[in-house]
Amino acid sequence: MKTVFDILAPEAAQALESRRMALVTLGKISAGFALASVPAIGLANRAYAQTSGDPISVLNFALTLEYLEDAYYRMGLDSGIVPTGLPQTYVQQVSKHETAHVALLTSAITGAGGTPVQFDDDDFDFTAGGFDPFSDYNLFLALAQGFEDTGVRAYKGQAANLSTGGGSLNSTLTTALQIHSVEARHASQIRRLRGQQGWITQNNHTLGAAFDGIYAGEGNISQGGIDVSTITDIGADGITEAFDELLTSDQVLAIAGPFIMA
Amino acid sequence: MSVLESRSLATLSRRGFFGRLGVGAVAATALPQLAGCDSNDPILTGQAVVLDFSTDFGVLNYAYALEQLEYAFYLQVTQTAYFQSASAEEKAILDDLRQHEKVHVDFLAAAIPALGGTLIRNLTPDFSSVDFSSRTSVLSTAQALEDTGVSAYNGAGQYLRDTGLLTIAGKIVSVEARHAAAIRDVFLGGAAFAGDDVVNPSTGLDVVATPAAVLAAAGGFITDDIQLMNVPS
Repeated sequence: MKTVFDILAPEAAQALESRRMALVTLGKISAGFALASVPAIGLANRAYAQTSGDPISVLNFALTLEYLEDAYYRMGLDSGIVPTGLPQTYVQQVSKHETAHVALLTSAITGAGGTPVQFDDDDFDFTAGGFDPFSDYNLFLALAQGFEDTGVRAYKGQAANLSTGGGSLNSTLTTALQIHSVEARHASQIRRLRGQQGWITQNNHTLGAAFDGIYAGEGNISQGGIDVSTITDIGADGITEAFDELLTSDQVLAIAGPFIMA
Repeated sequence: MSVLESRSLATLSRRGFFGRLGVGAVAATALPQLAGCDSNDPILTGQAVVLDFSTDFGVLNYAYALEQLEYAFYLQVTQTAYFQSASAEEKAILDDLRQHEKVHVDFLAAAIPALGGTLIRNLTPDFSSVDFSSRTSVLSTAQALEDTGVSAYNGAGQYLRDTGLLTIAGKIVSVEARHAAAIRDVFLGGAAFAGDDVVNPSTGLDVVATPAAVLAAAGGFITDDIQLMNVPS
């Protein structure tokens, strides 16, 4: 399994090379994104860099991502970059949910006897690396897509950690699944706003090479040991669209960590 | 009627194909927790299809029933009048959904026997209440099926004992949620992709439903008598 360092190393090298070339254009987002990868290494000290898989750690990991998303959409709306009318309707709906997720997870962690992580907007830097999603709507949507597709994969990767063996009610797991599918609704909408399909074909994306990690493994056609291409008449593209893949917490950290300055 | 006789030719041929490829052995190795569950096969009582949630096979067959329904719907949609006049975007979405649901059906039809379980028989959907020449009828039905699918998987995850299967269910449900958002957007627009009617605006939580509620909601489209057993509560 890849570690956070395996994922970061080539990106960090690329970032140093291209630091000055980072421009506020979609085509250059890869340079900025890669640069932003550098400080993620320090995240291992924080509680949200969960590795143990216990429910409190899982929920704090999720809460960290929700804080990031919540800050992103509120700051985006505050910046005025989101056009009035339907775009604001969409983004406000997403933003409302992320705010609710922060409150819900905070409450759930406290209720379970844990200590919820806490972040301020100042703890996030979405302009790291020389691009500014709050001055370019297309860039804002691109990064939003990256966050939402990552969020879907992140929750999916933690479902097994929240299992208590099945066969009985498990409100923590169910709550996580109910957030997971909301992130998927968001992802679908933002992808379609960008002229993409709501679903992920193979590991394709239009976000720039440094976003490859967000879609790594999405080209998988084997589920539960079954090569699905051998048991259906639907082609490989459709098979990969029909199953969203998971990301490990390390993979998620490598993607989201660069935007967290604390 | 025996279990075998109740299966359609399509099911039998699929199983044969599966067996020839030797996929079953691989799958059984990958998910050993489910080995040897003969006593947990679905039970056919007369015409009733019984979903017994005392094992993961009941949960998987529950998913299989819903996926069959979804696939049958989109197959009919793409072969009937509204689809012909639909916009390019809606055509693309509806045909993608047909393909995705077919993949889910085929996967579950292969995985359940490969893991040692017995598939429920192929259901007989009844979409006579749908006007396939009407955009409103087609898209509102699609919306209902997708939202119901999301609520069903969200509610059933906790029943799964095998964490590998839980993850696979997670891989499917997020795709259903992507579908729901796309259908709601082209049909209703605005904030409907994750509307307050499905995502609680206070908690940010999506729909969740018990198998009984899901079957009640989908029952109008299913002619088969489906009985639930041992649903955890």
